[in-house]
Amino acid sequence: MVTGKRKFNGVPYLFILPHLIFFIVFVGYPFFNGLYISFFNYDYLRPQATTFVGLQNYMDLFRPGSVKYYEFWNSMRVTLVFVVSSVPFLILIPLGLATLLNTKLPGTNAFRAIYFAPWVLSCAVISLIWWWIFQSQGGLLNYYLGALGLPTPRWLSTMPYAMITIVVATIWWTMGYNMIIFLAAMQDIPADLYEAGRVDGANAWQRFIYITLPLLRPVLVLIIITTIIASFNLLGQPMMMTRGDPRLPNGGGATEPVMLRIFTEGFVRPYQGSAAAMSVIVAIIMMAFSLVNFRLFRHQE
Amino acid sequence: MTPPSMPVQHSEPIRHSEARYRLQRSVGRVALYALMVCIALIVIIPLLWMLSTSFKLKSQLFSREIYWIPKVITLENYTKILNNPSTPIALWFRNSVIVATLTTVAKLALDSLAGYGYARLEFPGRKQLFGLLLATLFLPGVMFLVPNFVTVARLGMLNKFSGAIVPALASVFGVYFMRQFFLSIPKELEEAAAIDGANTFQIFFQIVLPLAKPALATLAVIEFLGSWNDFLWALLVLKDRAVQTLQPGLRTLQGAYTSEYGLMMAGAVIVALPVLLLYAFLQRYVVESVATTGLKG
Repeated sequence: MVTGKRKFNGVPYLFILPHLIFFIVFVGYPFFNGLYISFFNYDYLRPQATTFVGLQNYMDLFRPGSVKYYEFWNSMRVTLVFVVSSVPFLILIPLGLATLLNTKLPGTNAFRAIYFAPWVLSCAVISLIWWWIFQSQGGLLNYYLGALGLPTPRWLSTMPYAMITIVVATIWWTMGYNMIIFLAAMQDIPADLYEAGRVDGANAWQRFIYITLPLLRPVLVLIIITTIIASFNLLGQPMMMTRGDPRLPNGGGATEPVMLRIFTEGFVRPYQGSAAAMSVIVAIIMMAFSLVNFRLFRHQE
Repeated sequence: MTPPSMPVQHSEPIRHSEARYRLQRSVGRVALYALMVCIALIVIIPLLWMLSTSFKLKSQLFSREIYWIPKVITLENYTKILNNPSTPIALWFRNSVIVATLTTVAKLALDSLAGYGYARLEFPGRKQLFGLLLATLFLPGVMFLVPNFVTVARLGMLNKFSGAIVPALASVFGVYFMRQFFLSIPKELEEAAAIDGANTFQIFFQIVLPLAKPALATLAVIEFLGSWNDFLWALLVLKDRAVQTLQPGLRTLQGAYTSEYGLMMAGAVIVALPVLLLYAFLQRYVVESVATTGLKG
């Protein structure tokens, strides 16, 4: 059997090439092409008008006083506000739900299925539903708030309410996802640890703090990072619920996150070079963030 | 507190405290169930509101009283959006079915082949190549938006289903998912088949693939959901009304009518119902797949 000579075997390539071709064209090539486009004044509808502008697209974003500068950094600020105001809820609520479902009472599987259900819906569907609930005219929420004699703000068009509507819709939509992951991790914790805790006289809260949380730490860190990144990618909810409004005096919108800014810049306005430059900056920030976190996390392990 | 090892001398008080413990426990249980039901209501109410609104006439939407069950149940919203040529939702539904089905089938084929290649077949640079693929999983999607749009436009795939399907096939997740599965099955079966003279393709199609049915089903559910629910990319490349899919279609619907919430909710029901039904039947698959892939990916 042993021939001593290695013959070229083409079969493995027949397995990997079909996918690899698409990978090269739509992951490998655009990795560089995105950077390349960002050095041009680029409009895909008028390719003949393309001009090389060097670092101009970047300089516009770092030159204080210009509209582009204000719009871009405002959208970064909005994104940050959304991340800070949504992520704590997207961690704590799923953690609570998972703990509730981990009691192994009969019927918890049905509740698990219900809590997760919104996640299978699309961004467009959930945005429409919550947009209607938060309407000032005919909206469900203000109807009940009014009936209880509580204030009925114009949720979708005034601050900070417009941001709150987006946070609420997002929590309702995605809390089931982190819940499932927490629950799976909790079910991996050996039951005898809890038994030992019980014997030592620890109550439910103490068992959660001293047994569940420490063993959940690796998953917790992973979930925090992925949730921050997911929140950073916010787009559809403000696009459909608030359109980025209310408008701000210097341009830009109070609920316009950076993804919506890039969408507007590159696909509503004809500035794809500028949109590519924004994408590069956002991508660098996101990658730096993940890298720092994974490093920190690995060090502590 | 009484240590459990203490010899039982007074049976009366202990039985008493046990009864109290049981009572506390059942009160606790009732409280837990009450909490779980309340949360379930919070999850379900918006969906019921969508459904209820979709059967209401416009005149009922802004009445002083809110009726959860419409006073007059009407199908007008549904017939109206189904027959309005400026919001061809039946056509969009068909487009979504085509795009999601083709994307899923193509991904299953490409990803199971590639996954097997990276899991089992020997070729120079395999490890490095797969490492490179995995590394791209950590790249933010926003980087690819503009350049891939430009590529799709240059290839003449704008406003064609191929523009929505083809770039999605580059995704690495499915390859990784299938590779993990192939690594988990014992090698002996394949080795035995090889000794019997089967070639790599025979081994793959006749032995490995039949074993991979559960993994393929899980991947199919994830990919179908992902493609069906895709909003941003479909919005960019499928602009013409005739080729739009349901998700950007909902945005068109929202822009086409002002304060016709009944119509919009009817549209939302049409878009949500297929995935909710799919979920109702394949709930276990969907939840398990999130539980396993979410932890790793």
